[in-house]
Amino acid sequence: MRLKLVPETTNIDFFRFVPITFGISAVAAVASIVLFFLVGLNYGIDFRGGTVIMTETEEEVPIGEYRDILGTLDLGDIAVTEISDPAAQLTGDEQFSALIRIEQQGDDPASQNVVIVEVQQTLSEAFPGILFLSTESVGAKVSGELVQAGILAVVLAIGAVLFYIWLRFEWQFSVGAVAALIHDVILTIGVFALVGLEFNLAIVAAILTIVGYSLNDTVVVFDRVRENLRRYKTKPLKDVLNLSINETLSRTLMTSVTTLIALISLYVLGGEVIRGFTFAMIWGVIVGTYSSIFVASAVLLRLDVKRDWSKDDSKGGTQFANIDA
Amino acid sequence: MLHFPLWKKTLIWLVCALGVVMAMPNMWYAQVERANDARVLAEETGAEPGADAALWPEFMPSRLMNLGLDLRGGAHLLVEVQLEDVYAERLEGFWPEVLSTLRPLREEIGTIRRQASNPDELVVRIGNPAAMDTALTALRDLTRPVASLTGVGTTDYVVSQAGDTDIVITLSDVEKQATDDRTMQQSLEIVRRRVDESGTREPTIQRQGQERILIQVPGASSAQEVIDLIGTTAKLTFNPVVRRTTDATERAGVGNVIYPSVDEPGVFYVLERRPVVSGEQLVDAQPTFQENRPVVSFRFNGAGGRAFSEYTAQNIGSPFAIVLDEEVISAPVIQSHISGGAGIITGRFDPAETTRLAILLRAGALPAELVVLEQRTIGPELGADSIEAGRLATMIAFAAVLVFMFLAYGTFGLFANVALILNVALIMGLLSAIGATLTLPGIAGIVLTVGMAVDANVLVFERIREELKRAKGPARAIELGYEKAFSAIIDANITTFIAAVILFAIGSGPVRGFSVTLGIGIITSVFTAVFVTRLIVATWYNIRRPKTVTI
Repeated sequence: MRLKLVPETTNIDFFRFVPITFGISAVAAVASIVLFFLVGLNYGIDFRGGTVIMTETEEEVPIGEYRDILGTLDLGDIAVTEISDPAAQLTGDEQFSALIRIEQQGDDPASQNVVIVEVQQTLSEAFPGILFLSTESVGAKVSGELVQAGILAVVLAIGAVLFYIWLRFEWQFSVGAVAALIHDVILTIGVFALVGLEFNLAIVAAILTIVGYSLNDTVVVFDRVRENLRRYKTKPLKDVLNLSINETLSRTLMTSVTTLIALISLYVLGGEVIRGFTFAMIWGVIVGTYSSIFVASAVLLRLDVKRDWSKDDSKGGTQFANIDA
Repeated sequence: MLHFPLWKKTLIWLVCALGVVMAMPNMWYAQVERANDARVLAEETGAEPGADAALWPEFMPSRLMNLGLDLRGGAHLLVEVQLEDVYAERLEGFWPEVLSTLRPLREEIGTIRRQASNPDELVVRIGNPAAMDTALTALRDLTRPVASLTGVGTTDYVVSQAGDTDIVITLSDVEKQATDDRTMQQSLEIVRRRVDESGTREPTIQRQGQERILIQVPGASSAQEVIDLIGTTAKLTFNPVVRRTTDATERAGVGNVIYPSVDEPGVFYVLERRPVVSGEQLVDAQPTFQENRPVVSFRFNGAGGRAFSEYTAQNIGSPFAIVLDEEVISAPVIQSHISGGAGIITGRFDPAETTRLAILLRAGALPAELVVLEQRTIGPELGADSIEAGRLATMIAFAAVLVFMFLAYGTFGLFANVALILNVALIMGLLSAIGATLTLPGIAGIVLTVGMAVDANVLVFERIREELKRAKGPARAIELGYEKAFSAIIDANITTFIAAVILFAIGSGPVRGFSVTLGIGIITSVFTAVFVTRLIVATWYNIRRPKTVTI
């Protein structure tokens, strides 16, 4: 007996839901943008500058104690968070870790060093046996550039993809795919603003991977649409789209589920350092799967596609489509 | 489609076998690493390799994936070279030439005075404004033409007039560019030598952009330690002493500097800024003992030795200062003419200090100051934890996907699983072969590829299912499945690949590590799905010849 995520044949009219899903997407996107501007992202030191120190102690140290001790140093805003490690809990050698975030100290890069040394000395005196698992410090100059590089990367990726799909399909497909991408990126940023998870360079990498994944999904559906458009020359576009989504539904869900299985395992067991990254990826896979059906295809339906494939079937209507076969 | 020519079959299996063999050393990482170290050591010393070399047979490939700092622990630094420092130094060195050119013209141009100015320009005031043209011409003759792409007529220094009486000398843009390049190369070299002398393994020292250096030192206990090692300027100069003073705020005068004494607290020396000899002219420095006191002995190169010899011959009886990092180590009176270009530095040193000083002197002085822009220290404990967590997560993810694929596709799922295992082996083999660095996000990249690698197979299998529904024979259905899924596989993977390439181009550090594994993963997963699984399916079909196929 085979495990099947969807029945052998499905005949769901996806576009019946479009008015609802479109509303949901629109509301979510607007909410994300509002959250982004009102609440803002919890930028990590990559983007904001400052210092993060990760500690480990044998005994549990209440966060308040860290705060009290470091408060005497007059370093401005200090945030301390506890870290739990399910993997270590499983293996039994649990340690008590905390993350200490210290804001940027002045413009002078050298003063960051002074602060690190000072904080480590103070903590070592207060909690003998404390280990400094990691210390990271980024100056304002670099963080500014990292923001630019991050934005540039996302924009470039979307641009490159727009161009590729336009080459391989038609411009309407390209617009549909990019609408889905922008939808995914906005919603991911929104969820980070909502949850307040740290937004750092790794998250930008995650967003770019989401861009890749979401596209992967969209392209598979579009590929089938292209094929079906050639096969059923007179069928209304809406029916062709529905048919294509139904035909690829099983694959879409299979791939999403396997990827999610891998990612969830990484989220739970992969350790604190990449938790934010995997969270973004999990969210991206879910949103990306949704958007390739309900955003990309819906936009495509709206834009309508040129149906005159009659002249040269083998080339599939575009100049570069003959790389396949 | 179900028929593979023999050469193709052989080639596919060869590639897979190669991948597995190349990946194998990584399974016994610590062992192979020790064996490699033992062999390298044996090669360097010419001695017989130690017992560790036997831990891994020599005929096996021994290249390993480099572990990134986040997995191994160590220090990461991004520093900026203060290129402007060098401009000031160049102009300082130009001043004596300016002076000796203008001096013979003094009758015509009147007094010659250097004015206080920004460090990147040299301002000279002359007494007689009417002779400005004469002075300018004389100075312009002093400049040398430099080759440049932008045009002819560019010189190394630019001499221009400011007001009636002032002449401003600056470095030309072309010369600045050339100086920048030289400064960067020198800085890189010196940083590399200093880090190497400290004996850490495989440090990464790279130029980044115009004025930055990225330094990664695996195993360093803190970034501070590395900063201390490379950040110490160790700039040694021998300067003529103008006078001794106890007032630090005293005006030193143009062309002079005031530095504190190391040994005598509260004492300062006013020195001529231009040194007689400087550390760049050192060819050797060794820690040694003299009269039971630790000292550093040094030797100059030819030019340095001559300058030193000449100066000491002419200045017997007057003091000169040995200056290290803007502090006067000692200011002995020249007793006699020192020829031969060798000498010692005495001071209140202990033996460890003389050893360190000698290393720093040998490595040479940094031409410009380094400013730390970014520093990261990852403790070895965290690295070990991350590896452990990454390994566990990968194995569980892997197992879960294997089970899931089997449940969903039965026999074909098993085929896909074989391909998946080969896929991971190929990724690891390729990463080892190109010496890529595995970071924690890199592990995430592999896990993600495990999830996505099945996609290509899923696409094919789903397609075969559909073709079977259209009631074609199993052979035809399998063929059509591969054929028709191909364009979707290619398009879908190229788009993800584009994202990986952009990540690689723009990202840095761990992000880059992630993009490398993701990119390689895409290539290998397409290879395994399009060739390996298909070959397995074809072989299975040709042996079994099933009447019906269920996927």
